[in-house]
Amino acid sequence: MKRLQSPGDLHKVQERLIQERRSGKPCISICGGTGCRAYGSEEVFASFKDTIENQNLGNRIELKLTGCHGFCERGTLVVIHPEKIMYTQVGPEDAPEIVSETVIKKNIIERLLYTDPVTGEKITYEHEVPFYKKQHRMVFGSNGLIEPTNIDDYLSIGGYSALATALSDMDAETVIETIKSSGLRGRGGGGFPAGRKWESCRNASSNGSTRYVICNADEGDPGAYMDRSLLEGNPHLVLEGMIIGAYAIGSSEGYVYVRHEYPLAVNNLGIALEQARDYGLLGENILGSGFNFDIKISRGGGAFICGESTALMASIEGKIGEPRFKHIHTAVSGLYGKPTNLNNVETWANVPIIINQGVDSYSNIGTEGSKGTKIFSLVGKINNTGLVEVPMGISLREIIYDIGGGIPDGKEFKAVQTGGPSGGCIPKSMIDIPVDFDRLSDAGSMMGSGGMIVMDESTCMVDVARYFVKFLTQESCGKCVPCREGLDRMLDILTGITEGNGKDGDIELLIELGDVIRDTSLCALGGTAPNPVLSTIRYFRDEYDSHIHEQSCPAGVCKSLITFHIDEEICNGCGRCILNCPQEAIRGEKKKPHKIDGEVCIKCGLCRDNCKFNAVIVT
Amino acid sequence: MAANETTVYNDEYDNKVENILQSYQNSADSLISILQDIQSECQYLPESSLRHVAERLELPLIQVYGVATFFKAFSLTPRGEHTVSVCLGTACHVRGAPAVLDELERQLGVASGETTSDMQFTLESVNCLGACALGPIVVIDGKYYGQMNAGKVNKILSSYKKELRQEEDEKVTVSG
Repeated sequence: MKRLQSPGDLHKVQERLIQERRSGKPCISICGGTGCRAYGSEEVFASFKDTIENQNLGNRIELKLTGCHGFCERGTLVVIHPEKIMYTQVGPEDAPEIVSETVIKKNIIERLLYTDPVTGEKITYEHEVPFYKKQHRMVFGSNGLIEPTNIDDYLSIGGYSALATALSDMDAETVIETIKSSGLRGRGGGGFPAGRKWESCRNASSNGSTRYVICNADEGDPGAYMDRSLLEGNPHLVLEGMIIGAYAIGSSEGYVYVRHEYPLAVNNLGIALEQARDYGLLGENILGSGFNFDIKISRGGGAFICGESTALMASIEGKIGEPRFKHIHTAVSGLYGKPTNLNNVETWANVPIIINQGVDSYSNIGTEGSKGTKIFSLVGKINNTGLVEVPMGISLREIIYDIGGGIPDGKEFKAVQTGGPSGGCIPKSMIDIPVDFDRLSDAGSMMGSGGMIVMDESTCMVDVARYFVKFLTQESCGKCVPCREGLDRMLDILTGITEGNGKDGDIELLIELGDVIRDTSLCALGGTAPNPVLSTIRYFRDEYDSHIHEQSCPAGVCKSLITFHIDEEICNGCGRCILNCPQEAIRGEKKKPHKIDGEVCIKCGLCRDNCKFNAVIVT
Repeated sequence: MAANETTVYNDEYDNKVENILQSYQNSADSLISILQDIQSECQYLPESSLRHVAERLELPLIQVYGVATFFKAFSLTPRGEHTVSVCLGTACHVRGAPAVLDELERQLGVASGETTSDMQFTLESVNCLGACALGPIVVIDGKYYGQMNAGKVNKILSSYKKELRQEEDEKVTVSG
């Protein structure tokens, strides 16, 4: 591979690749994101590969195993370009038919099309599927077009053009000004203006040694996986953003701190780094500009706290991931005591887009205080689980109903949780609020990194609050007392309530504890930890009251407060529940309604899961 | 051990640790990566490996031990033949993952984080596998089982137990 010596060289390579790929050759793009891999997309890919090889079609058809396409609910996803015909739930056995019918003869296979659950209509093209229609896939959209392990794919869609522009046409100050005027705010949770952060880091004295640039890919929020999907699916976009950032800040060394639980991201990133080095886009004298910058991968050890900047930096240094006071910002004294700029994956991925599109076009998207788009992982009790990229300011209703397809099984929407363990639950009554940094904070939640967990009538909000507090007690590093001891106490109280031992004054004590923890904790983990409790008390106090005063869990979740019954009208006495009950708690004659002995029942739910007639009910 | 005395590591196990240390040029900054590599080589971090790493990196043992116990990625006890991971991410939680974990604990007779006494299964929970469309998810030795409920646990576990029984039968045949 030839090293590119100048922006002109890059341009020539891009031109050549674009020409080569303009042949109109059909391309089969198979989603290879983690979700689709779990469905078996690698087998689907292998089956397509075999089909193409067996029929000697290798020079007529292109085949790509790409990153995540986003619509995880219907995996394995296959899209045929250039028409963008989308097939869902594809299995390895479908490959020969897709090749012979659709790719060669251009016939549509009805059976594999997406069916709109509302209208019953079959939809042929990817962009016409309601899930994608309202999205603005500016950052995430390229995932389906490129093979993440092939830098040429990225170059063929104009990749690294923004870096070339920055190095040849802009000085460092201009790059910083551009990012500042774009209005880009950090996508990792805090929402701090990225350009201002870069500026303070550039202005901090490094005493002649380096400044550091870090990409935070320690995505720890349970239920959020957009950063991983970006890093897995389009690593060069993130690297390009980091290189531009390093140029602006004056850094020569960078790190990507990535969760060790993300092996595919680590692998694709490692390949991308090597390819970028080979092309001269990373390392010494990048594109002949005289600018040097290289990036190392640092694998996290599986600690939620390491998403916090100072804890993350301690971990890169090989130490325990404990945060420190930030009276001196990391922009001034961060990794190894040097000025350090840390942004998250999605923030870095926005940088090349801002440079390519220009500030005006970029800042046209979004609201007054929140510009651009945000990727959310829309999960939980929702029909269309997946990753969605929407313009800032879109309403929660549009995300949940128009894109997400509403709540499954005809159930009632109750709340949506945003911001992960630091965020809060937003109730149904606020479903029309626009989604941006400030409005979510006003609602007692936060943007966070982009988890959006939808909850329905069968979700118990006290149980959800307890879930997050339990998570946080396990993840608290233990350094400061309010977080370590306070969260433990909150967990005790919440556990008591969910077990039917709640008492008068518990709610008030939770609020008081929450306030103290929020005001006195050392870092943001503790400072935001009470949010899930405080927001559920604020909007769902009646559920707490039912648990405490009526010993009942209205959603039917908390084991100590529920009982299992068999509906005699529905039960036909098939005996399946009897066979599956580990406690021999169910009795009844064949073909006659059965009964559960509440004294013996351990509420494991096996009878309910195994009943084919939904005759087991929980009250 | 006297300060000037250098331990000679020569069995196969220590050689592995030694090779890993050398691949990171005995750099203390790489402590976490070194421990991760040892863990993936040995499935856990034996006490001797922690002592070995501390000596080579010239770090106090307490620092190595601190890191090894701080991060969830590390285990200080040997792990079972099969690793059963239950995703307890928020999406899986609201879809009923706790009942699945309860049932696994009941059937295996161990709590989450423990290994069965026959060393066949290690049961653990993870905070999000990022495959939320399939939730609740259980992963056994890297194979994903989606849309789980407590009722499906027995069937899935028994396929692994059967595999074990077959292996044992084969051993008997060979030795017989």
